[in-house]
Amino acid sequence: MSDGARLNFWPGGERATGLALITPPALYALFLLAAPLAAIVVVSFWTQTGIRDFDTTFTLNSYREALSDPLYRQLMGRSLAIAGAVTLATVILAFPIAYFISFHVPAQRKSLWIFMITIPFWTSYLIRVFLWKVILGYNGVLNSGLQVAGIIEEPLSFILYNANAVVITLAHAYAPFAILPIYVALEKIDRSLLEAAQDLGESALRAFWRVTLPLAMPGVVAAVLIVFIPTIGDYVTPRLVGGPGGLMIANMIQTQFLRLNDAPMGAALAVLAMLIVGACALIFVALNARFLRGRGR
Amino acid sequence: MKGGWLRGYAYAYLIFLYAPILLLPLFAFNQGTVIAFPLTGFTTQWFAELATIGELHDSVITSLMVALTSAVLATTLGTFASLASIRYGFPGQRPVMAFIMLPLVLPEIIVAVALLVVILRLGLDTGVWAVIAGHTLICTPFAIAILNSAFAALDGSLEEAAYDLGETPFATFRLITLPLVMPGIISALLISFTISMDEFIIAFFLTGSDPTLPVYLWSMLRFPQRLPAVMALGTILVVLSVLLLTVAEYFRRRGVRRSGGRDSGGFL
Repeated sequence: MSDGARLNFWPGGERATGLALITPPALYALFLLAAPLAAIVVVSFWTQTGIRDFDTTFTLNSYREALSDPLYRQLMGRSLAIAGAVTLATVILAFPIAYFISFHVPAQRKSLWIFMITIPFWTSYLIRVFLWKVILGYNGVLNSGLQVAGIIEEPLSFILYNANAVVITLAHAYAPFAILPIYVALEKIDRSLLEAAQDLGESALRAFWRVTLPLAMPGVVAAVLIVFIPTIGDYVTPRLVGGPGGLMIANMIQTQFLRLNDAPMGAALAVLAMLIVGACALIFVALNARFLRGRGR
Repeated sequence: MKGGWLRGYAYAYLIFLYAPILLLPLFAFNQGTVIAFPLTGFTTQWFAELATIGELHDSVITSLMVALTSAVLATTLGTFASLASIRYGFPGQRPVMAFIMLPLVLPEIIVAVALLVVILRLGLDTGVWAVIAGHTLICTPFAIAILNSAFAALDGSLEEAAYDLGETPFATFRLITLPLVMPGIISALLISFTISMDEFIIAFFLTGSDPTLPVYLWSMLRFPQRLPAVMALGTILVVLSVLLLTVAEYFRRRGVRRSGGRDSGGFL
């Protein structure tokens, strides 16, 4: 942007105008996001005594129960494992697509490819998940198709209403979230760097490993975070395709709030889930920074 | 051919992405009452059945109202935030913007229970207004992402020229800035509308006695005899959202062209 005088709606210069403009959205986020998030933390230390009544004495009971009850521990562990598997599958499957669009699709066709990849993501989430149930289910498209073709005799049990079905469905739902950040990072790579590497005698594979991949890493990190963090809180997919063995922590949070009337327990589970996810994200970012430093000799 | 196997993989991946959506119309026009192969014959009765479900119509109206209001609110807040951060800058910009963008990665169930807790504590009742409040919160970051690229592509010297030629700041904004970023604003409105129309979990927690379309759809999924009608409804929704997205994409590209930028593709 040029250095000339910019427009000021407000007396007191550019920053004052900026401050005045940011006030409404910042206040909205403060009252409808920061305050409610703080409220969840506060409520998690209370005890529920009636439908809307709480005993507001500070207690760690909900946390104690959440951390000691095997049911909650199992759900939390499974949610982490599923979110991890979804992230791994989504990012590994997405990288070649992003690479293909960035390096092999002609410039004028790129936005068409991106558009085609984002379309399925914008169609009804509930119906998409339900259709995966139709595809993977007992009499599903996949099983009946393979049976008619004579490839299998019994329905494939490893994708039947379990954690694997949840992983497949979520990997589908989050595909564009992984492709787009990686694509953006790849697009930023100066192509002459790759030419230089190859001119200096690196093989194509080594140039990819030493130039492309490290430069694409910020996109991969963004993709990992943007897939991992929301998937841990997914409610619809485990309910529809997960069966009893594929339920996740969000299903338990919903049960606590809307069925068992134990908001403090639900809040404690939500806080714990966020803390664990936050810790995983930080560890991942730190490991990645170390990996890049180690490679950047 | 260079990238030959990659191209094959890309087409296979597209099939994976589109598989569920391509199945929808097959079952929507299928006579069978069970959602499974083999197909038994062509019918349009499931679309006719949709016309007879009164609660469904109510939920569509509720959803339209919620989505329209949320889209307008989110785009307005997004325009403020985008202008402030791209054109002006302000103290504490990075943390404040990061916080406003937080719902982009925050699981929706967290937003939903957080708002529910506050509403219950304040002694208020859940309802359509609460869904609008929640949807505005999650749509604003998407609106900001779109508007940021619209404002960043804007050539500041055009505004300065108008200003130097004697226009007031507000007239400059109305005559120069607004028309140039209009495609971005329309695109932000359409994307926010689409997100709100499709959002389930926040609406599920906060909607009270007036279900939105996804919440009603969720209840339909529990009744096997309703499933063919769900397929018909899904087909209609897919066609509508593809139409809406094509319009949004058209405006986004027009905006990029108008401000003379290079098209780098994508909404995000």
